[in-house]
Amino acid sequence: MVGGGVGADADRPDGVLKVSGEFAYGSDLWADEMLWGVTLRSPHPSARIVSIDIGPALAVPGVYAVLTADDVPGEKRYGLEVDDQPVLATGVVRYQGEAVALVAAEHPETARRAAARIVVDYEVLAPVTDARAALEPGAPVLHPEPTPVVERSREDADLRPRGNLVRHLKIRKGDPEPTAAVVVEGDYEVGMQDQAFLGPESGLAVPGEDGGIDLFVATQWLHVDQQQICRALALPADKVRLTLAGVGGAFGGREDLSMHVHACLLALHTGKPVKMSYNREESFFGHVHRHPATMHYAHGFTRDGDLVFVRAQIWLDGGAYLSSSAAVVGNAGLMGIGPYVVPNVRMDCYGSYTNNPPCGAMRGFGAVQAAFAYESQMDRAAEALGMDPVDLRCRNAMEEGSVAPTGQVLDSPAPVVELLRRLQAMPMPAAPPTDGHDLRRLPGGVANSTHGEGVRRGVGYAVAYKNIGFSEGFDDYSTARVRLEAVAGQPVVMVHTAAAEVGQGLVTVQQQIARTELGVDRVVVAPADTAVGSGGSSSASRQTYVTGGAVREACRLVREQVLARAGADRWEDVDLAAVLGDEPVEATTEWRHRPTEAVDPETGQGFAHVQYAFAAHRAVVDVDVELGLVKVVELACSQDVGKAINPKAVVGQIVGGTAQGMGLALMEEVVVTDGIIRNPSFTDYLIPTILDMPPMQVDVLELPDPHAPYGLRGVGEPPTISSGPAVLAAVRAATGQFLTRVPVRPEHIVLSGDVRSEGRAEAERDPSTGTT
Amino acid sequence: MRIELTVNGERRQADDVWEGESLLYVLRERLGLPGSKNACEQGECGSCSVYLDGAVVCACLVAAGQAQDREVVTVEGLADSERLDPVQQAFLDAGAVQCGFCTPGLVVAVHDLLDRVPEPDDDTVREALAGNLCRCTGYEAILDAVRLAVERR
Repeated sequence: MVGGGVGADADRPDGVLKVSGEFAYGSDLWADEMLWGVTLRSPHPSARIVSIDIGPALAVPGVYAVLTADDVPGEKRYGLEVDDQPVLATGVVRYQGEAVALVAAEHPETARRAAARIVVDYEVLAPVTDARAALEPGAPVLHPEPTPVVERSREDADLRPRGNLVRHLKIRKGDPEPTAAVVVEGDYEVGMQDQAFLGPESGLAVPGEDGGIDLFVATQWLHVDQQQICRALALPADKVRLTLAGVGGAFGGREDLSMHVHACLLALHTGKPVKMSYNREESFFGHVHRHPATMHYAHGFTRDGDLVFVRAQIWLDGGAYLSSSAAVVGNAGLMGIGPYVVPNVRMDCYGSYTNNPPCGAMRGFGAVQAAFAYESQMDRAAEALGMDPVDLRCRNAMEEGSVAPTGQVLDSPAPVVELLRRLQAMPMPAAPPTDGHDLRRLPGGVANSTHGEGVRRGVGYAVAYKNIGFSEGFDDYSTARVRLEAVAGQPVVMVHTAAAEVGQGLVTVQQQIARTELGVDRVVVAPADTAVGSGGSSSASRQTYVTGGAVREACRLVREQVLARAGADRWEDVDLAAVLGDEPVEATTEWRHRPTEAVDPETGQGFAHVQYAFAAHRAVVDVDVELGLVKVVELACSQDVGKAINPKAVVGQIVGGTAQGMGLALMEEVVVTDGIIRNPSFTDYLIPTILDMPPMQVDVLELPDPHAPYGLRGVGEPPTISSGPAVLAAVRAATGQFLTRVPVRPEHIVLSGDVRSEGRAEAERDPSTGTT
Repeated sequence: MRIELTVNGERRQADDVWEGESLLYVLRERLGLPGSKNACEQGECGSCSVYLDGAVVCACLVAAGQAQDREVVTVEGLADSERLDPVQQAFLDAGAVQCGFCTPGLVVAVHDLLDRVPEPDDDTVREALAGNLCRCTGYEAILDAVRLAVERR
């Protein structure tokens, strides 16, 4: 038995390089004669381009190229699912930050200064900035021209936008006019979140002697990038070769192209290697964000607390270009009722084009926004029914065999009740400090804003679920090549896929699977590149499942070949070094999970998802109700992962995902007014620091999914979905206010009119002494 | 302009430096030391943390000219050729490395903290590392790494 296999806390193969500063991220790359590329972006959310004069920029010494849309040799527009986004703006700009022109120069500052000298004459237009108003008759249509669908495997999934309507997902289940004894209704709002990966969009494009290009880039899916780049450059796939550069986090923000085509254009134009690396401000304009949402929900219950119906409307602001919005709308709607059994469902989820920043994939992908609404509704209903909120959830929880709102039967464990009950059984953190002396443990911290007066504790629970893998009929597969050879008399495995390691630990998982399947300790994971078939996206919590499945399958094919060569029946009987000799054994395979299908466009019914994953959180917070400052005291998570391939990495995903959900609940928002981003920096866009993130208790269940490799479930997204609603519930419990918008800001707590008198009275303390 | 400074114990020189360049740019682009990272270049994230004459600074906020004749130690200078620094090893063993982009800055910050406060409690660690953003780990494993490094040093 070889160590470091499936189920072990195997070390990352890239770990030593990462701690010693030697791991090469996209922004670290360098080549002789290298130029720097920069992007000129639109300052306006909506404008017509009257003229562009690049002359003054070209005149700057040290500048090698200035390019506009006229210099794009192939398709002028690109996209993940439809081609609607210009490589460089053509005629109009549709959001603030849209790329208009490119400059290559010897020094990045030279390039920036030259870009600032490009004269663009804009005729400024009134932007469309409200996702609901955008759907009204008479609203200016952002894309009057048809946008070709490029994602062929999902043609059935109703991807083609109509006017400003990106997609309308409907679920119609059960009685269309149900009535219930107890009905709770609410409106909810979620702000625009940023992935805020730390490694900026970056890469190096190197022109090849064959007229092609080699691009080293930090991304999530090499092959879908390659397809888009090929169309824009009018080059065949063998002339556009991509290699994954080191990726400094992704979280969905690298699904779309950023600098990819731009660097290639500049490199091909100048004949020199070109590096592009966004700074933090540009990064806020250089990738899509999480869709802001407004939501209206009505839940009907019997007096005993059984769910009778849910009626919900969700509006997602897709911004100026489609990106993956159609799929996000699908997810938000299809996941939008939560992990509950509901006989009657009417869901309408809309996505809109507006002149706001484009939105697309971010960890949780639509399910995050809806969870804030449906979990808030469950708390509101518990209060109306006079029930404990966890008991109410358990009473209505899905379980294995339950029918989802899509009509899909859950055919693997769905431990909603178990997750919640395990959370309840976990020990609670110590009571809030009463002496007021350790400021570091109080809301406001060393800002010395309270010594304990006005501080109230609250506890909240939430549970959520997420579809794993690409859904709604997407041809979701991964390719793996595995080679087994003898090197200096020792067997060595080489695993080669194009699947992107973005920090989650996929390289480790590939090694672990190969060790387990082949019983060989030494496993080398080759750099991910387009010399092997697609690995699919590092998205949707799918890579361990799908690329892991492909690696396992390829290993098994290698095994069969070796056994045949050795004439043996049992792997244990094979002397690998002797059998392999000088002839390696290699197998390449494409592996698919079981197919899903498009949902019915009128009813939302269908086998839409291959797997569901469940997580639940308990949040404990202390709130200074006088200043509206929140200190999260502890977060606890219980999550079913089916099988923990690498338990240490699983816990890392759960804690990290939890932090991002908490960030959305309390602090993270890209503030957009009139189409303009007001806070494109880490000074003004706040992500949780080590002071904000509390200690965590993590409880990992392993209830195998019989349909998945090793029984595993996707891990990365579920904790990001349930942590935020739990934090929101805890803040409500502490303040007595029914807060309906995230992120919750101090002014929402302090200035809200929705203050219950008893909660407020309890908060009154003697201001003269700071003690009760 | 020309800059001369000591980096990781070696005398180094960079020519044709533009006056507006930061120490971070000189380290990364002129001296072949990209270990210090460029996550924000605004002094908010700590990914470019280096020692400057023994004090930890954000290299992105130091003008290159200010480093003239001074002593810089980067993450590349912490390990000797034989083995990693105990802080680096602790980050690996605790699972505190995911994408790793924050790691060099955190390793330098923790190295500095433990030199000043050999046995910090958790609240002290949190205050000391509040200027180092991490987007992947949720920080729990980073606290574990600090505790492990304290034990081993």
